[in-house]
Amino acid sequence: MSAAAPTQDGVPMLAVRGVKTYYGKIIALKGVDLDVHPGEIVALIGANGAGKSTLMMTIFGTPRAREGRILYEGRDITRLPTHEIAKLRIAQAPEGRRIFSRMTVMENLQMGASVADAAHFEEDLARVFRLFPRLKERLHQRGGTLSGGEQQMLAIGRALMSRPRLLLLDEPSLGLAPLLVKQIFSAIRELNERDKLTVFLVEQNAFHALKLAHRGYVMINGQITISGPGRALLKRPEIRAAYLEGSRIEQVQGKR
Amino acid sequence: MAQEGNSTRQRDFAGALKHAALAALIAFGLFSLLVGIRTDTGSGGALELTARYEMLAAFVAVAFIGAFLREFLFAGATFDAASYVPAALRGFAARIAPFLGPAFLIVALAVPIIFYDNRYILDLSIQILTYVMLGWGLNIVVGLAGLLDLGYVAFYAVGAYSYALLAQNFDLSFWICLPLAGILAAFWGILLGFPVLRLRGDYLAIVTLAFGEIIRLVLLNWQSLTGGPNGISSIPRPSFFGLPFNSDEGGFAHTFGLEFSPTHRVVFLYYVILVLALITNAVTIRLRRLPIGRAWEALREDEIACRSLGINTTNTKLTAFAIGAMFGGFAGSFFATRQGFISPESFVFQESALVLAIVVLGGMGSQIGVAIAATVMLGGFEFFREFQQYRMVVFGLAMVAIMIWRPRGLISTRVPSVFLTKEKPVDIALAREEGRG
Repeated sequence: MSAAAPTQDGVPMLAVRGVKTYYGKIIALKGVDLDVHPGEIVALIGANGAGKSTLMMTIFGTPRAREGRILYEGRDITRLPTHEIAKLRIAQAPEGRRIFSRMTVMENLQMGASVADAAHFEEDLARVFRLFPRLKERLHQRGGTLSGGEQQMLAIGRALMSRPRLLLLDEPSLGLAPLLVKQIFSAIRELNERDKLTVFLVEQNAFHALKLAHRGYVMINGQITISGPGRALLKRPEIRAAYLEGSRIEQVQGKR
Repeated sequence: MAQEGNSTRQRDFAGALKHAALAALIAFGLFSLLVGIRTDTGSGGALELTARYEMLAAFVAVAFIGAFLREFLFAGATFDAASYVPAALRGFAARIAPFLGPAFLIVALAVPIIFYDNRYILDLSIQILTYVMLGWGLNIVVGLAGLLDLGYVAFYAVGAYSYALLAQNFDLSFWICLPLAGILAAFWGILLGFPVLRLRGDYLAIVTLAFGEIIRLVLLNWQSLTGGPNGISSIPRPSFFGLPFNSDEGGFAHTFGLEFSPTHRVVFLYYVILVLALITNAVTIRLRRLPIGRAWEALREDEIACRSLGINTTNTKLTAFAIGAMFGGFAGSFFATRQGFISPESFVFQESALVLAIVVLGGMGSQIGVAIAATVMLGGFEFFREFQQYRMVVFGLAMVAIMIWRPRGLISTRVPSVFLTKEKPVDIALAREEGRG
């Protein structure tokens, strides 16, 4: 993490303001405020059921926020249909990967490029292959036959095919072996550093996420409770107690 | 292969016996009333019951022995149908697979020539092709877009009645009515699509089923327009681009200096439906390679992912319904002109079920599979016509067999719609260089 955190003045790329989301009568988000600035990696951590994924999905329009506003590059996207939001060059690798399992890797990537200019297709494909060479080997294999890690690579690769300026990742480390988690996270860092891609990720793996992120938010019960620079959050005792196991804490201390 | 594996395994006699006894017990429960007791209407109209112990015993014995042998000899090894096919044959099958389509096409083209004198075969072939076309049309909705439609016959009906009414009331020719019928059916497809946009799976199936029934009931009850249960008769027959198929001067036979024969029209109808079916096939294959076709397939896989990739799922579903319905409409107007008479009786739920069975058994999304399934099913129906009693039994057994051994249909391999590096591995970086240069 040598690169300094990007400047935070000016208009945030993504601004969530007082968003409340309900599932029927149950309130899932109780007024969330959150900013993602251009060039940043922002991580949202929290326990199961805290509302992290709900926030991610609310940004994408399903379910819709009942109150509050979501602004993308200053434009209100709160009421926009999901597929219109995707056209604004926000891409999402949704929770559970949701790759098209009967379609080949190539077809999956092609679906990702649905809203992109066809002229860049080859170039974008090359970028995805550079990031995840494994996908190139598996190009004509059906998505469903890939391993969990490869499926996650495909989900991210597919999202990248739309040439996003903002990438939303929902639990990219879910169910992956530690080595693969490392690989996925280094890919995210590479995207951010080389391509200046802005990344907003939701994670349960607080240690990796906060180590990677410029800034982090902690969500408890549908509310943001703590926020701050990722590394600083990692040091806070309450976060360590709640989200990091003992061994990981030692690791952090060892690295410092 | 299965046998080899079993010889090393301990044969469990007692276990197999227990398994067989259980199977026999289930068979007894199942057949005791179905087979064991025969009901007849007695002399006074009363119900007479005759016990058939021998037959019941035979059924149970068959179940017992079958289950025992299966368990004892194969020791519960999963039966893999493919492993019983010799490797050489399998290799052969793989080699001829690409030629299967063209071979079918050649056979289809040759049917009227080979069976020119066999009216029965010609009629049957026309019927089969109609169902192939319906199957391909429904395949767009069910196979590609994954929207379970149990009311497909509604569009068939819309097409048929559109042609019949337009031709009778406005004196329009078949070739003008055909596209109109297709457009009308597509319009009804969209109309069905709107209310079911948010539904999936079972719920969608129920609503489409109801839609099919609504259309049929409207046709049945709108006496003044559709003739109600009497249907519409003397629907104009198609002409050979203006030349009618009759014995008059100016008729088809006279113009071409042929001797008049009623077979001319049948052969012509055969080629019309063949061409219509092939158009359906060609359009489907083409659409699969276009963004809309890929969006259909992606929609079948995961609707939420589709939306987050910027695909308008509303439009995608509606186009699937519309295009599927359009081909149903084409087939319907062909049906009307071929029969010369239509009534709501032709558009019952059973037709929807038959077309759906063709699509599912053929392998959802597989064009050739649908064609094979349609041929086998309708051909099979005809073949077993003489064994009326056993027709449904055989049909049921075939269904069960397919669902056990080919649960994804006869042809279950999905052909990808894009190849980038299959034939020759193109280096992406290189391709990019070329693209720029």
